[in-house]
Amino acid sequence: MLKDITLGQYYQTDSVIHRLDPRVKLVSTVVFIISLFIVDNFIGYLIAAAFLFAVIKLSKVPFSFMVRGMKSILILLLFAVVFNLFLTPGEVLVSFWKLKITKEGLRLAVMMAVRLMFLIIGSSVMTLTTTPNHLTDGLEKLLNPLKVFKVPVHEIAMMMSIALRFIPILLEETDKIMKAQIARGADFESGNLFKKAKSLVPLLVPLFISAFRRANDLATAMEARCYRGGEHRTKMKPLVYAKRDFMAYAFVFGYLVLCIVFGKILF
Amino acid sequence: MGIIKTKDLIFEYIRRDEEGNVEGITRAVDNVSLKIEQGDFVAVLGHNGSGKSTLAKHLNAILYPTEGTVWVDGKDTSDDDKLWEIRQTAGMVFQNPDNQIIGQVVEEDVGFGPENLGVPTKEIWERVEESLKAVGMYEFRKHSPNKLSGGQKQRVSIAGVIAMHPKCIVLDEPTAMLDPKGRKEVIRAVRALNDVERITVILITHYMEEIIYADKVFVMDNGTVAMEGTPREIFSQVEKLKELRLDVPQVTLLAHELKQGGLDLPDGILTKEELVDALMKLKK
Repeated sequence: MLKDITLGQYYQTDSVIHRLDPRVKLVSTVVFIISLFIVDNFIGYLIAAAFLFAVIKLSKVPFSFMVRGMKSILILLLFAVVFNLFLTPGEVLVSFWKLKITKEGLRLAVMMAVRLMFLIIGSSVMTLTTTPNHLTDGLEKLLNPLKVFKVPVHEIAMMMSIALRFIPILLEETDKIMKAQIARGADFESGNLFKKAKSLVPLLVPLFISAFRRANDLATAMEARCYRGGEHRTKMKPLVYAKRDFMAYAFVFGYLVLCIVFGKILF
Repeated sequence: MGIIKTKDLIFEYIRRDEEGNVEGITRAVDNVSLKIEQGDFVAVLGHNGSGKSTLAKHLNAILYPTEGTVWVDGKDTSDDDKLWEIRQTAGMVFQNPDNQIIGQVVEEDVGFGPENLGVPTKEIWERVEESLKAVGMYEFRKHSPNKLSGGQKQRVSIAGVIAMHPKCIVLDEPTAMLDPKGRKEVIRAVRALNDVERITVILITHYMEEIIYADKVFVMDNGTVAMEGTPREIFSQVEKLKELRLDVPQVTLLAHELKQGGLDLPDGILTKEELVDALMKLKK
């Protein structure tokens, strides 16, 4: 059953956004996040909302998938709203007991909530429309200039993709070891937190040993297939910008300019 | 000169204790001299710990000889400058299919070797296609390796090696972790490679029934080559094989027992059909 888990949250369909180069999507997400922190008025958020809405429509991913990511930040969102709402000094609107809601506080709270929600939805669009593989490739290409500073970019990307490949295998292995231990009377369910953590030891030790053995085997296999780092390596699926990628860049850049002009300067 | 030649090959594993002092030396390969001709299907047979895997790891320079020399296609494996050429000439398939697949998609894994060799993108795709077709896995090219059966994974590994266009492929117990069906699939793919593509195959195994198709068999015991010859020659010496703790295929064993019992059967019967033929002749 563990075999069927999908990594990340990629949503399989065919859309313009799916076909975009992962670099475009990475850069656009960063631009979008920056834009959220630039704008601080109503029109700015309206532009951001319109942009987000257009991208979501284009991506053909059901909106419910986007909202799913929101659950994990619900608490954070609540905190941000509550603190901003009650603790911002200014013109008092409502007050009861020791708490008072100010006009500025209300404004800040709403802005913070919208910002966080847009941020999460914006980055979900990227992870929902890009496979982890593609994401790693894009990251490798984007970070390439860092090689000048001796950052092992290729190695990092290779590690990420190997990790992705082995997560399902190690999960399956965990399942196997767990069953083997349960069959011999191990108890992973009952007891308090401390006891539960302790019962994980007989699970983790064999898992680690096996992971190291696998790593060793894999390294040998990679060497046997002439792997010698990123030098002299060609790509089977090289990232090449298509016309639509430049159009997307232009679109995102236009959006950023709009945000700066309307969200910051004019009002 | 053959594709692979070893001369007085010795390899010693050195065990060390925690301080790094030598605790003991195990000689895994002991004075092995052998020669393998281009295009042959060679099987190396041996009990666990007979040194067959250690020998295999010498054939593409994963291990270097303690003493003696190994030549692959005329190149000395201890020559560091030739390392990558040697690894490309002699590809290697390992025992555990999970631990040798790097890509997250079948076709990407097959492309990994050519990528490392610096093959241009267009040619990588051609090689991936032909290799996957050669092992009959082309229709699975877009699948995740995690969802394949053991035999299928192992065939993907083989495709990954042949995409590097090796002259010779060393398979180190490729079927040890597979079920009988997967074993058959893999052996069929390997035989096809040898027959159709004329790639030299060196199959390391302890399954007797896998070696009957070989042109030549080396039986290893205790690090040395104990027997050498065609499968028929090897299987005619049932008693010696038993001494080496190796199982003989059922048919061969039956024929041997019948012969011991007084029937006039030829030595080294390998298949059911041969035994039936021989028995029919006797009946007449």
